[in-house]
Amino acid sequence: MSILEALSFPFFQRALVAGLAIAVMAGLLGVFVVQRRLSFLGDGLAHAAFGGMGIGAFVIVSADLVGSRVGFINHPILIALPFSMLAALVIAWLRRGTRLSSDTAIGVSFAVSVALGVLLFSLIPPDANLGVSAMDLLFGSILGVRSSDLWLIVSVAVLASALLLLLWGRLGYATFDDELARADGLNTDRLELVLFLIAAVIIAVSASVVGVILMAAYLVIPAAAARLLARTLAQMTLLAVALGLVSTVAGLAISFYLDVPSGATIVLTQAALFVPAALFGRR
Amino acid sequence: MAADARHGPPSSVPALHVHHVSLRYGDATILEDVSFDLGAGEFLAIVGPNGAGKSTLVKVALGLKAPQKGHALIFGEPAGVEPKRVGYVPQLKTFDRTFPATAEELVITGLRRSWPARVRPAESAAARNALERVGAGALARRPLARLSGGELQRAYLARALVRRPELVLLDEPATGVDFLAEHDLYDLLESYQVDTGATVVMVTHDLSAARYHASQVLVINRRVHGYGRPEVVLCEECLEQAFGHRHHAHAISV
Repeated sequence: MSILEALSFPFFQRALVAGLAIAVMAGLLGVFVVQRRLSFLGDGLAHAAFGGMGIGAFVIVSADLVGSRVGFINHPILIALPFSMLAALVIAWLRRGTRLSSDTAIGVSFAVSVALGVLLFSLIPPDANLGVSAMDLLFGSILGVRSSDLWLIVSVAVLASALLLLLWGRLGYATFDDELARADGLNTDRLELVLFLIAAVIIAVSASVVGVILMAAYLVIPAAAARLLARTLAQMTLLAVALGLVSTVAGLAISFYLDVPSGATIVLTQAALFVPAALFGRR
Repeated sequence: MAADARHGPPSSVPALHVHHVSLRYGDATILEDVSFDLGAGEFLAIVGPNGAGKSTLVKVALGLKAPQKGHALIFGEPAGVEPKRVGYVPQLKTFDRTFPATAEELVITGLRRSWPARVRPAESAAARNALERVGAGALARRPLARLSGGELQRAYLARALVRRPELVLLDEPATGVDFLAEHDLYDLLESYQVDTGATVVMVTHDLSAARYHASQVLVINRRVHGYGRPEVVLCEECLEQAFGHRHHAHAISV
């Protein structure tokens, strides 16, 4: 079977579109995450989404909402999303409002969220038929993207990307030198808060569909490779998006031909693009 | 001192008005009841020992730090109301050297107050003029990561001057810069001031620079120990009060 034949399958089409949508928004976001040395933030918020999904799954099962046809009410993302945004606000406050550094603030949120997720998923009966398990959320399955997930991902990708592009100049300035930007009248605290909230939404929605680990890779690896190749922030942004798109298409194609897991192949394809950038990129 | 038409005739409103400013971090007093007025067109050097609150005072003036008591006004307005009238050269240690950027892009932030995604021809021309003015025309396309301390300082100065500010604030601009670059810097500032009638405020450790380049000197160690003409303020008594010993007074008397 050729890759063109594979593209005729709806599940493969959904995987491709979801991967491309995540590549675009994660690339735009990843530039600021990498340049602000917040790579751990992606991991922290993705694991916060895991904790939120655990709460959501537990609430849905406890309230006997499994199979409900009322919108997203039967999807744990309804709770994972605000939980991730709350985690983002807590991390932002710990960073600005206390003497804790970013990695410590994120580490606290990370550990608490994972513990919460593991605990709550363990309380859900195996026969609950929720359609979401702890293993699905951690490792994900991009080939298992449902139509409703796809609409959610594409909608978030359009809105988040538009917002990131709108704020790109101001975020870039504040990322370069927070003090200089503030002296020029930019409210950099508010900008960082908006960036964290956008990150929480992108990461929670993407991680709930393609898994925590694949999402964290999309956020950091293309942007890190782009940083090694780019001369300007604009070049870095375009390259981060392009590398994410290329790794999605190539990773899905390679996983199809080799019959190996798609998510892991996409991550390894990103790594394969990162290695030459690290070896031959700008110093 | 010549003032160009753009900046207009000298105004009775002080370029910088600092009114009973006090600032503490926890138990530590950083600034205590600091007050002074700086007229338009002056060149003020703020001197004092390490930890005297010099940089904090500049940050209060810029609105980067909020004092517990008092306030600062720039041309009669609170900081941040008209940032385009102010050019700020921060300490070099505040910026990230791994940031992918060229000197030209840095200078353009002085025009746009945001990071440029695409450089327009008019902005590029203005940035190059500003870089040439500070003797760094050849650096326009050079990545910031590859600039020396002196070259970076010139790029930052070009960034501050590209918007033709009426007030230039510099926080220890000579730190990490060699002797020749340091003197070029002072010459550039004086030249800009003569051309435009702008006001210059510079935090410095260099008492000789304060003595020979400034028209006004503020000696500070948390509170004001002297403010006025350099030949009056840079006396043994003021410096001994601020620095706690006479060494500095001797250093500039030779």
